[in-house]
Amino acid sequence: MSQMVDNGRDLLHRDRAFDFSAQQRAWLQFKESMRRDRTFDFMVKAKDLELDVSHGPILYIEDLNVSFDGFKAIDHLNFYVDAGELRCVIGANGAGKTTMMDIITGKTRPDSGSVYFGQKIDLLRLTEPEIAEIGIGRKFQKPTVFEHHTVFENLELAMAADKRVFPTLLARLTAAQRERIDEVLETIGLTEHARREAGSLSHGQKQWLEIGMLLMQDPLLLLVDEPVAGMTHQEMDRTAELLLSLQGKHSVVVVEHDMDFVRSIARRVTVLHQGSVLAEGSMDQVQNDPRVVEVYLGE
Amino acid sequence: MLGLLLAVAVVVPVLNLAVPEGHPLHVSTYTVTLLGKYLTYALLAVAVDLVWGYLGILSLGHGAFFALGGYAMGMYLMRQIGDRGVYGDPVLPDFMVFLDWQALPWFWHGFDMFWLAALMVVLVPGALAFVFGWLAFRSRVTGVYLSIITQALTYALMLAFFRNEMGFGGNNGLTDFKDMLGFNLQADSTRVGLFVASAVALALGYLACRWIVTSKLGRVAVAIRDAEARTRFIGYRVDRVKVAIWTFSAMLAGIAGALYVPQVGIINPGEFSPLNSIELVVWVAVGGRATLYGAVIGAIVVNYGKTYFTGAFPEAWLFALGGLFVLVTLFLPQGIAGLFRQLKRRRSGAAAQSAAA
Repeated sequence: MSQMVDNGRDLLHRDRAFDFSAQQRAWLQFKESMRRDRTFDFMVKAKDLELDVSHGPILYIEDLNVSFDGFKAIDHLNFYVDAGELRCVIGANGAGKTTMMDIITGKTRPDSGSVYFGQKIDLLRLTEPEIAEIGIGRKFQKPTVFEHHTVFENLELAMAADKRVFPTLLARLTAAQRERIDEVLETIGLTEHARREAGSLSHGQKQWLEIGMLLMQDPLLLLVDEPVAGMTHQEMDRTAELLLSLQGKHSVVVVEHDMDFVRSIARRVTVLHQGSVLAEGSMDQVQNDPRVVEVYLGE
Repeated sequence: MLGLLLAVAVVVPVLNLAVPEGHPLHVSTYTVTLLGKYLTYALLAVAVDLVWGYLGILSLGHGAFFALGGYAMGMYLMRQIGDRGVYGDPVLPDFMVFLDWQALPWFWHGFDMFWLAALMVVLVPGALAFVFGWLAFRSRVTGVYLSIITQALTYALMLAFFRNEMGFGGNNGLTDFKDMLGFNLQADSTRVGLFVASAVALALGYLACRWIVTSKLGRVAVAIRDAEARTRFIGYRVDRVKVAIWTFSAMLAGIAGALYVPQVGIINPGEFSPLNSIELVVWVAVGGRATLYGAVIGAIVVNYGKTYFTGAFPEAWLFALGGLFVLVTLFLPQGIAGLFRQLKRRRSGAAAQSAAA
């Protein structure tokens, strides 16, 4: 069985097995940087890049590889997300879900492969704040909110705005911005807690606050890492509602362990296993896939 | 807080100048100068609190920026001596004549003009802090590693300034100052003037820091202190925020140093000693981090203690300082300012209870 999977992988990537020398690689990099259909990288400001989703997908991950000390965390991964889609990613521990998020947001650099946001923006060339600026927001596995700020201030800080030093020093909240914050407070159901210190919120409330902070950034693509870990059932239902309401306006990628939760929100599910895609499709298709059953669901 | 400072800035000079000597309310010129010195320390402590309390950067080298500001002012005061030095050279300060130097080193030119010296007081510490901060924060050096390299920075500067060839008077430093802007530094009125200038500088520095920490930038700074990676992911350039606030703080420290030197009458490489920088972190810890006014209280309380102890039991001072630090860490983790806040809360709590009953 696993033999078959391996064969398939070899077939897919057969044409990729070039072995460049160091000089050849340098020359290719130089040629890449001099391409005539592009401006020099250093002349392009991140926010001037425009998102091109005319072919459908908003995120292209192609042939991605990362290894940590010989362990292949991501192994020839190909993964696409359509604009406006809500996608769930499942997989056992160590399947590479969080590493994939780290690469998209610029925290980890891959060994090879490409990650494009729309068709034009190469995410591997951008830094973490630049990636945030062009519209990719991330919620971490462990809720990280600013504990010593109030709920309101947390949202204010996350708000899409000019985030350079001096504009930030002189920033004043406009009425429209205040309204936007109130709106998000309403969405995440924390209106009456707006003045509380975020550190005193319950676990579930912190998770919602973090999703709220993502919404304030007005991202095109939201990456949500295990949003319901440690939540009660009621909290889970609320979270599902919240995520479903985002669909269409934003593209959302949710990484989750909890199968009931995934079933309640997902149209399409991607199963990761050992750093590459094992199966993709609707929840029913995926659940009936014998390979998935073997490595994940049937455990 | 500001009101108190203002009152001190008015009352002390009046008690010194208008009340005759021998009267029980008379404040001696010695005390005025001493208080003036405390105020410059307080400004330095505010600068440290800005980066430590709000930005989470524990600097163990802020004494270096203080000393650089002090040296810039010291160079101006040296040039003001003119031909009244021991060797009577119209241009060269005494120590250069002693070293048999023929001409003024290039970096001493222009320091006879007050405006240039005043500019250098902020520019030199600011430029050093900018370059240092740019390198350190861009490489994401944080926590204890950063503290250690700030310590190394001030230590390296101390060793450099000890060398005669540097042209800053070697281990004797700069001293024997005569006058400043034409006013005799020994005169009571000049002393009072410097005291008032220190009070005003402290007030303005405090207000500037208060303005920063209550702005959105201040909230971003606290966010960086509490969760740096998270701040980066929501799109703030953490390194630039750090460099900006760090540089501003260094400039404040430079101003404090520049006001300190004419009041104590000497600046030497000892001011760069790592121990000084550590001591000033203790002031802030004693006063209470992340309050700004706590830093002022801490600087004044600890230094008053130091003046008293080094007079009464000279050997015991370092033990007292160490003991104080231990006690504060154990019983007042939020410093004196935290104690105030607790008392206030307890009182309002009691009031609420009695109102309910």
